[in-house]
Amino acid sequence: MQTRMSRRSSVLASRKLSNRRKERLIEMLFLVPAIVYILAFFGYPVVKNIVMGFQDYTMKSFFTGEAPWVGLKNYEAIISSSVFSSAFVNTFLFTIGSIVGQFTIGLAIALYFRKRFPLNDLLRSLILLPWLLPLIVSSAIWRWLLDQDNGAINRILDMMQLSDHPGWLTTTSLALTAVIIVNIWIGIPFNVVILYSGLQDIPEELYEAGQLDGATGWQAFRWITWPMLRPVVSVVLLLGVIYTLKVLDLILGLTGGGPANASQTLATQSYQLSFVQFEFGQGAAMANILVLISLLFAVIYLYMNKSAGKSS
Amino acid sequence: MTETLRASHAWTATAAMALAVAASALAMPATAIGAEVDSIRVLDYYNDSPDREIYGELLNTCGAELGITINREVVPGSALMSKVLQQGASRTLPDLLMLDNPELQQIASTGALVPLGKFGITGEGFQSQVIAASTYEGELYGLQPITNTIALFYNVDMLEEAGVTPPTTWAELRETAKALTTDDRYGLAFAAPANYEGTWQFLPFMWSNGGDETNIDTPETAEALQLWVDLLNDGSVSRSVLNWTQADVNDQFRQGNIAMMVNGPWQIPLLSSDADLHYDVVAIPTPEAGGTSVAPLGGETWAVPNTGNEAAEAMAAKMIQCINSDQNQISLAVQRQTVPTKMSDAVQEEFVKQAPKMKTFSEMVKSARARTAKLGNDWPKAATEIYTAVQLALTGKASPADALKQAQQ
Repeated sequence: MQTRMSRRSSVLASRKLSNRRKERLIEMLFLVPAIVYILAFFGYPVVKNIVMGFQDYTMKSFFTGEAPWVGLKNYEAIISSSVFSSAFVNTFLFTIGSIVGQFTIGLAIALYFRKRFPLNDLLRSLILLPWLLPLIVSSAIWRWLLDQDNGAINRILDMMQLSDHPGWLTTTSLALTAVIIVNIWIGIPFNVVILYSGLQDIPEELYEAGQLDGATGWQAFRWITWPMLRPVVSVVLLLGVIYTLKVLDLILGLTGGGPANASQTLATQSYQLSFVQFEFGQGAAMANILVLISLLFAVIYLYMNKSAGKSS
Repeated sequence: MTETLRASHAWTATAAMALAVAASALAMPATAIGAEVDSIRVLDYYNDSPDREIYGELLNTCGAELGITINREVVPGSALMSKVLQQGASRTLPDLLMLDNPELQQIASTGALVPLGKFGITGEGFQSQVIAASTYEGELYGLQPITNTIALFYNVDMLEEAGVTPPTTWAELRETAKALTTDDRYGLAFAAPANYEGTWQFLPFMWSNGGDETNIDTPETAEALQLWVDLLNDGSVSRSVLNWTQADVNDQFRQGNIAMMVNGPWQIPLLSSDADLHYDVVAIPTPEAGGTSVAPLGGETWAVPNTGNEAAEAMAAKMIQCINSDQNQISLAVQRQTVPTKMSDAVQEEFVKQAPKMKTFSEMVKSARARTAKLGNDWPKAATEIYTAVQLALTGKASPADALKQAQQ
């Protein structure tokens, strides 16, 4: 009797189990497309790149399929090269400079467009223009604007009698600054769009209530706008950092990393190693370092997202 | 019953497969032995007009002579190497491949090319350095029909106006450039960007002074770099050259912003299209009077990739011979403002007769040098060091000697 009972229950249990298994299987099937996609288009390249960083991967490897394992040699080679430290510092300066510039100007413009005035919509869409131009086109145009002898920028400075023809892209002390200025110009639309939509989400009542308490102008910004905008700000800044770390085409178009490596970053150096010198192993190692830095910010972003979700 | 059915199914499947294998095995020799190559695949980077059409016509003419059709693929210059690497990895290399001459040895070192000696092709009668660039470990892998180099272009009117003649020595170059410099124009320009173009432009100065790419940390190379620094410090050359390409330099020359420039014959069509611009070309000045101006050799070489299809490989080799016939070399050189690589008097004289503006270049090619002749696979590293040193010195970050030492580390 007892055994019969237990047998029945075990049959029931196993049926239940198989039902659950079926459900799980179906659930898994729904996940398969996403998993396959991620494995094929994100997993494979990332793993391949990490592995390549430990291999002596040269042009020959493409034809023979052989790339000897060299351990940390690629990392040793790139870190000990004279360009690395300056590329590292440049990447840091380039990222900080671009983000600070893009964000403050972007925020100012977003706040400005919050006011209602004629042609607001038209002007706001025009702001997007730099974003719509291919980067190669923008950099070619800026290269001529910034030309030392005949560039428009120096002509204008001349007219205002402000300068003695600075070589924006040809002096080591100015090249990085010039590249940052152009990158700020390109990054403003992104900041404006996201921050503007963030501003739209702040309920008007808060300002009205604040007004009753005498909070206007700076006070309103400090105590209403800024706290309400915080989540959007952190998204903009972190995405901005990740986008800026990997900027390549703009620098290649403007200076090619010159003069004398003055505007060389980790991204341009990685490109240089892989696709100019065909040292794919070292290029991959450099790219891995860059991915690691980006990952650091991505983790911060995810963490902040999580804690923001909890607090709300 | 079901078991036997399944088994018989399996058997039919196996039999069908075996038959298919047998059939293909029978068919295989037919394609290999029959040598029925009726078309070949070609890859090159002559992407712009008129080069695209000039080569298209030549390839089709040669194809017609050999009774084959040409399936040509043209990619932009910057995309060629990655395309070749992709094709190498996926075993889809074309039958006939064009490569920029300094890149041939790198590709040959991977085993992706067939030595041309296999088809009885030698480099006899060609400019020896052109052949050196297309040779890897003693075997010839490519044949280059035409070559180019760089020289000194000058604005005839500006020199006349200033009462000077084209410089032949470094000292004269400095003086002349200074004399030609005014408030709104520079006496001279070269291109010194942070890439191989900067290296290419510096080579004639380095080589003519006895400098060498195997070791750039030498007084000879430092002297050449000092000349460039002096020209900049004199104010005769704009600092913008640090970021100018050769095309930029040419634009400035055409606009009358500079009086002399170091540039190549591929600019001649553009320059000649300006009716008001009177220009001429001389060899790049040498350190001392009577020295030999040693300029770098440019141009593309044609190679046969290792595709495993021997009949198609042999056909591609015949195409290379056709592209390099005396007649085709001269016609290509005349149309493209380049110099035939066959150095026989017959070829060169006929060429200069047809393209008088190219006389200087025809002369310069005789003493010109290939970039990869000495270093082969290590050339990209040396080339990077050279432009890095040039940039360090021209920006004033280091003296020429220190710049060369730093860059070579």
